[in-house]
Amino acid sequence: MRYKDLTVIVVDDFATMRRIVRNILKDLQFKEIIEAENGAEALNLLQTNRVDLIVSDWNMPVMTGLEFLKRVRADDRYKALPFLMVTAEAQKDNILEAVKAKVSNYIVKPFSPVVFAEKLAKIIPQS
Amino acid sequence: MDVKLINPFLAAAAHVLKTMANVDAIPGKPFLKKDDRAMGDVSAIIGITGSARGSMALVFTEECIMKIASALLGEVLTKMDNEVGDAVGELTNMICGDARRRLSEEGTVLQAGIPTIVAGKNHSIMHVADGPRLAVPFETDHGSFMVEVAFGKHP
Repeated sequence: MRYKDLTVIVVDDFATMRRIVRNILKDLQFKEIIEAENGAEALNLLQTNRVDLIVSDWNMPVMTGLEFLKRVRADDRYKALPFLMVTAEAQKDNILEAVKAKVSNYIVKPFSPVVFAEKLAKIIPQS
Repeated sequence: MDVKLINPFLAAAAHVLKTMANVDAIPGKPFLKKDDRAMGDVSAIIGITGSARGSMALVFTEECIMKIASALLGEVLTKMDNEVGDAVGELTNMICGDARRRLSEEGTVLQAGIPTIVAGKNHSIMHVADGPRLAVPFETDHGSFMVEVAFGKHP
């Protein structure tokens, strides 16, 4: 899967972080980038958009990133959908919980665009 | 105030600014703050609970945050608006998260809330704990900002 053919949804309650991630994804030449402020809004958008990758924050009101991940994985249509968790929660227990819930990869804030691209390439390799 | 609780916040501030915005932030001399007045134009404060109870605030001058937010977003921002405030909130979030990670490695487990953003000349910062408020000025090529940390005596 080439980035230029893919649609990604960026889920974060802070517009700043959505914009930072959007700019990185834009530089990586993703086809389309859509945004949601929390997991509940993202679940609705998944119903009406064909999405190839989820980039989600962990700490959000309404529905946390972890709860969102669990809801995504509970749906047969999204069992294998690449899911990158962006988190400030770098404690081992949190990471283990996300791995148990079948996160594809995670990135701990703060991060540079280079590190973000490396994490992404591990779940969607680019030749 | 336990310096072991404070230093991770200062290290985190420099690390987050460097990693996310490629800005070098050099800490100056810490001092005890006696009032609630913010020494800047826009602030964000985040509550902390767990092994210790308190709060951390980040205070920027307008000149400094306009340039740092532009570097953070990779776009030139020209006016102080909600987006700039949001950037201060996200920086606060990341600094607090990075400090909590550093503290957890030493066995101090803290939780954090969601940052509250306040802007305007002569605004106030209301810390959660009644204990002393330590303020540390940071210098950058874009101007100065302040990190304030206050913890109570008991969790």
